[in-house]
Amino acid sequence: MSRADDRREGSATGGLSRRELFKSAGAAAAAGAVLGAASTAFAEPEAKADLRVQGPGAVPITLKVNGVERKITVEPRETLLDTLRLPLDLTGAKRVCDRGTCGACTIHLDGKPVNACLVLAVDAEGHDVRTIEGVVSKEGKALLDAFVHEDAMQCGFCTPGMFMSCAAAVAEKGASLTEADARAACAGNLCRCGTYPHVLKAAVAAAKAK
Amino acid sequence: MGTRKVDLRIGSGDVTKDVSVTIDEASATPWGSDAKLAVVGTEVTRVDGAAKASGAAKYTYDVSRPGLAYAKAARSPYAHARVKSIGLDAVKGMPGVLAAISLDRKVVTFAGAPVAAICAETESQLDDALAALKVEYEPLPHVVDATEAQAEGAPRVNEGKPNAGEPGRGRGGPAGDPDAALAAAEAKVSAEYRTSIQTHSCLETHGSLAEFDAAGDLTIWASTQGTMSVRNDAAQVGNLPVSKVRVITEFMGGGFGSKFGLDVCDRIAIQMAKSTGRPVRYMNDRREEHLTGGNRPDSVQKLTLGGKRDGTLTVLTGTCYGTSGNGQGGADAANAGLYDIPNRKIEQFGVSTHTAIGKAFRAPGHPQGVFALESVVDEFATAIGMDPLDVRRLNDKHPVRRLEWPIGAKRIGWVENRRKVPGSDKGPVKRGLGCAGGTWGNFGGGNWRIDVTVGRDGSVVVTSGVQDLGTGTKTVLAAIVAEELGIGIGDVTVRIGDTRYPDGPGSGGSVTVTSIAPAAREAGMHAREGVAAVVAKEWNVDPKDVAFANGRLTAKGVDASTTFAKACSALGQEGLAVSGTRPKDFGEMFAGSNGGCQFADVTVDVETGVVRVNKVVAVHDAGRIVAPLLARSQVNGGVIQGVSFALFEERRLDKAQGDMVNPTLDTYRICGMADCPEIDVVLMPGSNGKNNAGTMGLGEPATVPTAAAVANAVFNAIGVRMRELPITPARVLAALAAAKGGAK
Repeated sequence: MSRADDRREGSATGGLSRRELFKSAGAAAAAGAVLGAASTAFAEPEAKADLRVQGPGAVPITLKVNGVERKITVEPRETLLDTLRLPLDLTGAKRVCDRGTCGACTIHLDGKPVNACLVLAVDAEGHDVRTIEGVVSKEGKALLDAFVHEDAMQCGFCTPGMFMSCAAAVAEKGASLTEADARAACAGNLCRCGTYPHVLKAAVAAAKAK
Repeated sequence: MGTRKVDLRIGSGDVTKDVSVTIDEASATPWGSDAKLAVVGTEVTRVDGAAKASGAAKYTYDVSRPGLAYAKAARSPYAHARVKSIGLDAVKGMPGVLAAISLDRKVVTFAGAPVAAICAETESQLDDALAALKVEYEPLPHVVDATEAQAEGAPRVNEGKPNAGEPGRGRGGPAGDPDAALAAAEAKVSAEYRTSIQTHSCLETHGSLAEFDAAGDLTIWASTQGTMSVRNDAAQVGNLPVSKVRVITEFMGGGFGSKFGLDVCDRIAIQMAKSTGRPVRYMNDRREEHLTGGNRPDSVQKLTLGGKRDGTLTVLTGTCYGTSGNGQGGADAANAGLYDIPNRKIEQFGVSTHTAIGKAFRAPGHPQGVFALESVVDEFATAIGMDPLDVRRLNDKHPVRRLEWPIGAKRIGWVENRRKVPGSDKGPVKRGLGCAGGTWGNFGGGNWRIDVTVGRDGSVVVTSGVQDLGTGTKTVLAAIVAEELGIGIGDVTVRIGDTRYPDGPGSGGSVTVTSIAPAAREAGMHAREGVAAVVAKEWNVDPKDVAFANGRLTAKGVDASTTFAKACSALGQEGLAVSGTRPKDFGEMFAGSNGGCQFADVTVDVETGVVRVNKVVAVHDAGRIVAPLLARSQVNGGVIQGVSFALFEERRLDKAQGDMVNPTLDTYRICGMADCPEIDVVLMPGSNGKNNAGTMGLGEPATVPTAAAVANAVFNAIGVRMRELPITPARVLAALAAAKGGAK
């Protein structure tokens, strides 16, 4: 199982669910200790088997982004989100909470929605990374039309993340996608302007249009 | 210039009145509520919707420039401390560090106050340098709670001044003889209501990218609600003429009242750009945003409401305070504005605390004030055994809200679904309904100018320095100019958010549409006149007889017709460039303020204390609605922020240190998709007069009544009054336990 799958397991929220965070940190982890919980969750036993030391300096990696191999140099501590936004200038994914809470940085990793702020760029090597820029130009056309038609945005800052969560749900459920499915798919996407009802309408409309 | 009189029909819903207004001879004829419009008021979609939804839109946070460097402040972890030393030398030699400066703050008065700033080549290097920077503080006594700050001997926030400010009059001012009215009241209720501090939590944090060019001109890409305010502040800070400062805000990720002028982050970005000669970005991180990005002051509102047993409200008195942080004043609660109560006396005062300063937040004073007012009205109705909706309707003189109450009541099923005996549902999961009203001033004005150019190929470009917070400013401008020219909204290009265009208003107070729509009408009209003139010449007709509709031009009495684009080819090679200036308002209007009311349907689990809002019916008015689809988005947003304020949002400070303990989006909860109720938006049709478009603002009124409606619904569900926001499970359980104890 890939790391991306690990993070999605049991989660409909576009990333590591808070339930998983708490589970891995033990019942004693209170809300104030979430940071500690997160670091526990990322210590993966299977990774130790072929331990590869990278850094602390920058290392060259090759990322497959939107179907294109991109050779770049990143510090091992850099998140996939920052790597996509800075050297690659794919700024659709937004940095909002930077800790997996808001979903504004949702991308697809091996076809599954993940929070790019919770993935290290070096860990994304060998995986299929798709950003909204890649999805919109291909299978996301109907969803884009639906987002515009239903006005599923206001300031628009959360919108690419919402879009990617919806796109994954539409791809998975097809025409059978219900409003409850869309709601679950976007449960990890926060919007401050309050655009949720129109996002749900757009997702359902796009699924029907497919 | 001469004037002319125009007959105008204004109104809301089915209620209209005919007035005669006087306008400048050459001004656009005002649109009445009976105007037949082809674009304005139809279901147009957002003109920049695809750019936003596809991720192509570049926000301030997304802008990159060659040689970009990063800046950030070191911030005090103490609420009150003397800055003893800052170890700048140790970080100056660190990898990538371009500059490290002291901000020369000797004493800090809130946790999060900036004391030093660093600029570095990369964000990682910046993080390393900030982590390595040693700042030595001498902690001083502090107070962060508005009630504790009033105690004798509490640490002073502003030297020489008491923490509690001078009591001032509440909104609406004193009226009548409150003492006599209280003595004469047949029934009265008194209670204390509390609301918590809410942070704006804009998803795009405050910040900017500043860059000086070789000529010393400054460009700032800013996340702002007021491009002009940033330009003017920056000119002052940088000692530059405004002509050498350019501010660009093509897209911005939320403001809600918190983004005017320069913040600390912006000032540091400018300063570092100046000293390093590099473009410098400083966007707040999430913790900085919670600490310093802005907040709605809290409130403690002690209110007494009296009246007659027939439901007539006669007297409202009270004392209210709250903290707007380490400044003076700024805290108030608009708790006297909805009903026609003849005797009033409300004293308000702000309390200084060692906390970050509050900022205007979507309808400042209103959600908290209306929560208290509409709660005490509900309590009064309960005391006299009347339906709380009947009490409201009896005392409400607002010309539009009076029409809105029955519409909302019908849609929520008030008669069928309200629990006649609050809390009477069997079992632990109880349901109830509540309602509340709201209001907002009809602001907006100014002499703003909008430019329109028309090319010989029919291209139409509208420009203004105004910014779009997400409310749909671009769409509004496109719709109005398209209307004037008889073309489609897609045929109009709107360029805004740049101070190189004509100055535009800041977007605060729900003024944007009402400030720019009348100017856009004038500009559109002048463009139409310009095109009509050349066509009229060819057709040998009076330009006034040239009609523009459906992308075509026709003229009375001539068998000629052409497309808008073809007509434009007759323009000179310079095309057409016109301006429209906002005419001054005429006096006649249907309502002097927005009404608005909301009805909430909630479920409360009395075993867990969890409140769920099932549905909200939101009935609102804003005169003419230019883009109904976008307006519904905005009302949805107002309701959702209101639900969030009612149930979730609370800035929590550690009293021992004064720092915020929940400065993240997982610990400071905002309403999420799973918490979001079904929302039924009703927009009252009509036109309000006053300006040539008949518009009013909508952003703020939409969030005013929600929390009060939810709280009243919770009472109807459980029979116990929740007098403090947010209504958390712990507070529900405590209130239920207290009620049970009291009943013994």
